[in-house]
Order: sequence, then C-alpha cells, then structure tokens
Amino acid sequence: MKSLFATVLLLSTTLAATASAQDLGAPIGEDGAVEKAATDASAAPAEEGISFTVTDESAWQDIGIAIPAFATDRERATPANEAGTGALGREIARVITANLRNNGLFKPVGPDSLPQPTFSQITAPAFSTWSGRSAEMLVHGYVRARDDGRLVVGCYLYDVALQSELAREGWVVGPADWRRAAHKCSDLIFSRLTGESPFFDSRIAYIAETGPKDRRVKRLAVMDSDGANHRFLTLGSATALTPRFSPDYSKILYLSYVDGNPRIYVYDIGTGKQTLVTENRNPTLAPRWSPDGKFILYSMAVAGNTEIYRVPATGGPSIKLTNSPGIDVGGSYSPDGKKIVFESDRSGSQQCYVMDADGSNQKRISFFGGRCATPEWSPRGDQIAFTRIAGDFNIAVMNTSGGNMRVLTRGWQDEAPTWAPNGRIIQFFRTEKNTGRSSIWQVDLTGQNERRLPTPVDASDPAWGPIRP
Amino acid sequence: MNRNLTTIVLLASVTTLAACAKKAPETLPPPPSQTVTPSQPSPQVQPAGPMVGTQAHFAAAVGSATTIYFDTDRYNIDSQDAAALQAQAQYFARYPQITFTIEGHADERGTREYNIALGEKRANAAKNFLVSLGVDPGRIAVVSYGKERPVALGSDEASWAQNRRAASVIIN
Repeated sequence: MKSLFATVLLLSTTLAATASAQDLGAPIGEDGAVEKAATDASAAPAEEGISFTVTDESAWQDIGIAIPAFATDRERATPANEAGTGALGREIARVITANLRNNGLFKPVGPDSLPQPTFSQITAPAFSTWSGRSAEMLVHGYVRARDDGRLVVGCYLYDVALQSELAREGWVVGPADWRRAAHKCSDLIFSRLTGESPFFDSRIAYIAETGPKDRRVKRLAVMDSDGANHRFLTLGSATALTPRFSPDYSKILYLSYVDGNPRIYVYDIGTGKQTLVTENRNPTLAPRWSPDGKFILYSMAVAGNTEIYRVPATGGPSIKLTNSPGIDVGGSYSPDGKKIVFESDRSGSQQCYVMDADGSNQKRISFFGGRCATPEWSPRGDQIAFTRIAGDFNIAVMNTSGGNMRVLTRGWQDEAPTWAPNGRIIQFFRTEKNTGRSSIWQVDLTGQNERRLPTPVDASDPAWGPIRP
Repeated sequence: MNRNLTTIVLLASVTTLAACAKKAPETLPPPPSQTVTPSQPSPQVQPAGPMVGTQAHFAAAVGSATTIYFDTDRYNIDSQDAAALQAQAQYFARYPQITFTIEGHADERGTREYNIALGEKRANAAKNFLVSLGVDPGRIAVVSYGKERPVALGSDEASWAQNRRAASVIIN
C-alpha cells in the first residue's frame, strides 16, 4: 500500500533525476613498478648463445623447457605462502610453466615432475641431469625472504646443450606481488627465446557477467594476464560495459548505466572514486585512451547522432573529430599517437576508417566484403584487429591500409579484439548462440593456439593493459 | 484495505487526471482492450483496469503500439511504425501530464558499442516522429540499451526482429 502511494506521488517528478547513484566496490590500490634486484653473480648476461626471431611457428612447437622449483637460501615464513619460501619457489615455477604452456610456443615441464635443484645449483646447474631429460632450455631461480618481509626472486635461463646462461634477472617484490615476479621471469624467458617483447606481466580489465539473458548483471572486473588476482570493481546494481585501462594502470575508463543513461566514467584505481568523462547530458560511450594517456576518445550521441570526440584526460573542452550523419564510434590510436582507426556506417554499413589524430583525412580502409567493426591498432603499429561481420562474427586482422585481411577465429559471435602488449596475441569475447553466455578467449596472430581464459563467471569486453614497469 | 486503495486511486485521478474525470462512468468493468480507465467522483465505486500514469494503462489504451520495430541496422519509421506512433501521440495528447521514456534497443547480432549508438538513433527517430505529431519534446526522455536488454531470448530471426525496437515506457 505504501509503495503504491509513493508511486502515485512520483507521477509529478521530472524526467532526469540524476541522483548520486553509486555502484562502486572497494578500491584495490595503486599499481606500482617492480624493483629490480642485482643477481648474485656478475651482472652482465652471457653474450654468447643464440638469438632468434620467430619466423616459423611450427619450428618452435618442440622447445622443451625444464622449470624445476625455485630454490630458497633459507626456509622462512612469508605472507606469500603459508608453507614458507620453499613452497613459494615451487608455486612460482608452476606459474611460469602455465604461462609458457598457454602461450603455445613451448613445451614446458613444471616442478611437479622434475627434481629440485639446490640453492647453490641455481648459478651452477647440473647440466647432465637436464640433458638426460631431453630439456633444451632450463629455468632456474631462487626465492629469498628479506628481513623487511619483501621477497627477492632471481630468474636464470640456461641453454642445456651449450651449457651456458642466456639471461638472468632479479626482482624485489612485496609478498602480495609474488606472482608478478613469476610473470617477470616468464617475460624474460619469452623475450630471450623469441626476440619478441614481453607481455605476461600485464593486467586485463573486463566485464564479469552473471544471470539470465534478459536480466544480465554486468560488473567491472580486473585480473592478471593469467586470470589470477581477480577483483570485482563494481557491485552490479548498474550495467557496466567496455572498460579500458589507462597506459599507467592508474585509471579505468568504462561505461556505466549507474545514473540510468549510458555514460563514460573515469574510475581512479587508487582512490576508488570516479568522475564523468565530460559534464554533458548526452549519452557517451566507447571510451579509449591515447597511447601516452594524455587524451581520451569518446563517442557521444547528440539528438541520436553519434560522433567521436577527444578530450584531455585532465579535463577541458572536447574537440569533435568526426561529422557525418551516420554512426561514427570507437577509435583506436596508432602507437605513435598520430592516427586513429574507427568505425563508421556512413557508407551504409559498419566499415573501418583511418583519420589523422586531429580528425582530418578520414579515409575508409576496409573493402573486403562484410563489415568491419571495433578496430584496434596493434601496439606494434603494423596491424589492425577488428570484428569481421560476414554472416558470423569473427576476429580478423589487416594491415593499416586494409590489406592482407586474415580471419583468425571461427566462432558464431566473436567480438571486440584487444591486443597483448607485445602485439602477438589477441583476446576477444565469444558469445554462445541462444544462451547468450559469454567468455574471453585468446588467439595468436597466426590464428593458432586459440584458448579460453579461465574466469570465475562469464566474461566479455576484455581490455588488455600494457606491460607493467 | 479496499477503501484505502480506492481513496489513493481517486487522489491520483483528481490531481493528475482532470481530463479523464469528464468521461462518463462505465457501468461494467471494461475489457482489457478498453482505452479509458473509469474514474468516479464517488469513493464507493471500485475503479477497474489499470491506473492512468502506469505502463499497464498505456498498453491497455494503445495495445501493441507501445513499441515499434526496425529492420536490421535501420532506424527509419515505416508506415506500420507511423501508425503505432500516431496511436501513442493520441494517447499522450489525451494525458498531457504523462512523461515517458523511449528505450532504443538492438538485436544481439551487432557489436556492443555500435548497438548502443543504433539504439540511440531508433529511440530518437521515434521521439522526432512523436514531436512532429505534437507531443512536447520536454515530456520525452530517450535512452539506448543497445543489445543489453533483449525481450526475445532466442538466437533466430524471429527473436531478433522483436528485439530491434523502440519502446515507449511511462515514467512513474
């Protein structure tokens, strides 16, 4: 009865009551750089050995890498592992093994089926043990708990046949950041063996989905590149969509319906507070950062017509970059910040266009049949990934003038590619026919090694952040 | 209990539904398709049907015309949409105190951001048409949900056709 009366009273309220609605969870704190540590022996890495770039993926399928448990100089208690630094050393080796296996280029063997080296063997491996196990590469490492509670993690890569050290590095991390040391070590191995840039020590922002298809709950969430350290950032009372990490990981841009309308917010990870990207009554969507983090691209619908705008990340006046009666939306900067690829249906259907960063020289680049949507410029600069719509929805790549189009996936609805920081791997989300359930997948630039990322609940809109310092 | 309800409904009628009060009272409860809720000056008579100012009342008045439908990637108002919007315009002319939101939607076979932009176009196309028929634009809010709120849950053309829509929803 009471609610009925309230309803009657509300008949006289005005249209746009934008109360200070909130859907934010607890903040997760700032992201920091990992301190490098001097390793025990001489600082200069071995210059001999081999250096190579990947040209033929299949040649690498058989690279056997042995990754035994990391040793510890002295068993000590650490908040990172209740069983102590020895058990933590085994965990670190497991994380590295999983990273390298999931990447598809290597055949890593982890600590659970290998003998454990002693601390003194970390810098002087028993090569005969490992060559007997037909390992071509050997990873050794150690964990040392400092008196201040922080951990020193050393990582060494050896060529077993050459019996020589290929790379070494050490890091000092807080106990809560022990996985970052494992990712840094994975990156060291990956970079040294492939000649490619690192990517494991990076994070992913995405949308966590639960509930039935017509009442889907969509929450902003973040996780490490391997799915660990998962956190929800919003509570789910309002639909959250399309997040993007800032290049320094201090902020996330995303769309929320928290005030009833689609609007882009800048969420500050350190403080847990958020602000509107632009003070404006019009709906805003499709947020993107410039590579230096100084500018934000957003799309805004005015009287139904959506155009792309640019605003300084610190606030200030917006500049309108597109102006067509069609839908212009999204946008992704080239790594040098000079160009933007975006989608527009000004020609009658969604197609991809490139313009200069100031909005001039708008030129369509997709002419291969079907539609071109959600283009994302590779961090390497030479490729653009996009959603190709030709019957089904698939992830495809092309060069920056629209040539050499290659379709990488074959799902019913694969959508919204995002690049690994090294431009080798693309994540996207796949929606299941009928159920509407979604999950995050990744695939190589070669179209191989497609796999589903483990997430606690259904997931969409992945946005891969850069390599962490 | 019943008396309380009647009083409240009556209050609502008196304060917000002056136009309605002029209608001759019905002697029998109207069938659901009846357009006007009876409103009696006497608290002894139990009103029948949904109250003015509710979505149910709007739906009872205009039937399926609360929602218009679009072809894939289109946002133009075709003759069927125009007829539905004319029915809506008549209703909103009769109840000038009512404000409403037009929700623009898209089917699942589109990318997320494009669909939000497309929903905006659809909702605004419906709004502009209603304004051209004399509805005050200040009474109309617009929101796009893109593909986030389907009404038909299948992944087939029939379901998608139902989801490509602009739905007028009474604000209450």
